[in-house]
Amino acid sequence: MADCVVSIAEFRAGNFRRVSFEVASEARKVADALNLPLYGIAVGCGVGEKAVELGYYGVDKVFVADDAALENYVPELYVPVVASLIEQWQPAAVFLPASVDGKDLSARLAARLQTGLAQDCIQVVCDGGVIKAKRPIFAGKCLAWCEWADGALPMISCRPNVMDCQAADATRQAQVEKVPVDLPEARSQALGVELDTTGKVELTEAEIIVSGGRGMKAAENFAILEQLAKELGAAVGASRAAVDAGWRPHSDQVGQTGKVVNPNLYIAVGISGAIQHLAGMGSSKYIVAVNKDPEAPIFTKADYGIVEDLFKFIPAFTEEVRKMKSTC
Amino acid sequence: MNIVVLLKQTPDTESVIRIAPDGQSIVTQDLKWIINPYDEFAVEAALRLKEKHGGTVTIVSWGPQRVVESVRTALAMGADKGVLLDDEALEGSDSLGVARALAAAVQGLEPDIVLCGSRAVDYDLAQRGPMVAELLGWPHLGLAVSLESDGSTVTIERPIEGGKVTLQASLPALVTMGGSHAVWNPRYASLPGIMKAKKKPLEMKKLADLGLSADECGAQAAKIRIVSLEMPPERKPGRIIDDGLDTEGKAAALVKALHEEAKVI
Ligand SMILES: Cc1cc2nc3c(=O)[nH]c(=O)nc-3n(C[C@H](O)[C@H](O)[C@H](O)COP(=O)(O)OP(=O)(O)OC[C@H]3O[C@@H](n4cnc5c(N)ncnc54)[C@H](O)[C@@H]3O)c2cc1C
Repeated sequence: MADCVVSIAEFRAGNFRRVSFEVASEARKVADALNLPLYGIAVGCGVGEKAVELGYYGVDKVFVADDAALENYVPELYVPVVASLIEQWQPAAVFLPASVDGKDLSARLAARLQTGLAQDCIQVVCDGGVIKAKRPIFAGKCLAWCEWADGALPMISCRPNVMDCQAADATRQAQVEKVPVDLPEARSQALGVELDTTGKVELTEAEIIVSGGRGMKAAENFAILEQLAKELGAAVGASRAAVDAGWRPHSDQVGQTGKVVNPNLYIAVGISGAIQHLAGMGSSKYIVAVNKDPEAPIFTKADYGIVEDLFKFIPAFTEEVRKMKSTC
Repeated sequence: MNIVVLLKQTPDTESVIRIAPDGQSIVTQDLKWIINPYDEFAVEAALRLKEKHGGTVTIVSWGPQRVVESVRTALAMGADKGVLLDDEALEGSDSLGVARALAAAVQGLEPDIVLCGSRAVDYDLAQRGPMVAELLGWPHLGLAVSLESDGSTVTIERPIEGGKVTLQASLPALVTMGGSHAVWNPRYASLPGIMKAKKKPLEMKKLADLGLSADECGAQAAKIRIVSLEMPPERKPGRIIDDGLDTEGKAAALVKALHEEAKVI
């Protein structure tokens, strides 16, 4: 018999990343369905008093591995620390964030624990004690339901920004236990981290994205999208054509070979809507397309279409957004 | 430097995906096949390492005979030799099963470094690299957008949410590639390259040649499987905001629609 459900948190630069709370909320639902306690694992440096925050989202007991050497994610160090905790239990399931580090950790951990991993899941169900997870394949062109073999430990990484995050309940106090950290000899290390402090919104976590394509014509023209994004509190993305042209960094690319995003609102500006681009943003809740070509394929996917020259339309739209924000 | 690239053949990114009558797989007939783009970045990175340090680039791939074409393409780009694991027993394998086979193939080649894509654009599992590294007991550095090696260590930059990290490992190590076409700009196979590739060695292997069996790597060993597929909800074509309005009028109408109807701003 299983004795717990496990939820692994991601701690960076002194705070839990929000996806940790989404993962805990999802794991809590499964723990409730199975009538089991939820154990949290928090690895990092300076996790200390923050660990109780996981309790607000339903974690009953948090196991903390706190060490200066664990400041940054290094697979060789993190995997044994997490695996040795899990190996002491008989979990019914292990949940992790499908963040950059979480996807990497979960894959190596699945190999260490010799089990199956459903990566980047968007839905999890637990029916009559059987866990099933749904994940996008072919960059969202299709969705797959996965199930585990008898006796295999379900490992599930959850796509950020998709699972419902329960409201923080500060009255829920988790028990916190520090675990001794016995780090293995490692042949790899983090040499340095550069965190963007400009408050730029990460594409995969953004509620609103304004994306530019070849129609933007030049790098400096993205200034008008940046302005619009600022008004909307949005992140700025790009098509492959804009990235290949060197107008935007590769980290801004949305699509099958870029980031798969799922904002509430995606505004595609001067983007034709190639299948590889649609693959990356097709699950957005609302899509707006601004394109001067009424035949552009993006219009067949857009909830709202504007047939206009973007250089005329975007400044006018930005102004209207500003007006609306100042009146409400 | 002895370099190995793990290469998967995937459907062309242009492909329209359809669910097969079994409800668990996709229709593969009529698909065009390509090298997984992220693995193509790995081929490029491997060739650059070879240009700097000398040595050989070996392509290790798995799948049916059609995969030969992708391995030959990598050889035409400049890789030296190929190994193709073509064993029916690998059909229905999960990531761990495939990783076991690949780790065994890699072990036999005794490389200094293994490169592969951070994910494949078909099933988006993002597991092969880390799993192979774990099975080999090697360090791995994931999602490289740059790669430097002095012959005994490898250093990469890894983008993380809101920043980047520089990671280093001593060799042998495994690196998975991130970035985009703009970052790696993989070279095309030249015509002379294509001619030469035809004569380069390509070895066919079965699981048994690696000392493995179907119960360790095949469908029977799978811990996880796809039980059903579904298509994402069709998007209904929306509305063109026009109504004979001028630019400002359309801008105002769009703001109103997003604010009052969609309630997303
Ligand atoms: C292996 C592979 C992987 C790929 N991966 C990706 C990916 O991840 N992401 C991605 O985006 N693409 C990807 N692509 C590329 C994809 O096929 C398209 O080439 C690309 O998306 C086109 O970008 P675009 O829409 O910006 O450019 P175009 O297709 O050139 O479209 C530009 C649009 O701008 C409009 N326009 C021009 N001027 C104006 C103006 N003044 N006002 C308004 N509208 C204007 C035009 O009407 C046109 O519709 C990939 C391709 C391959 C082969």
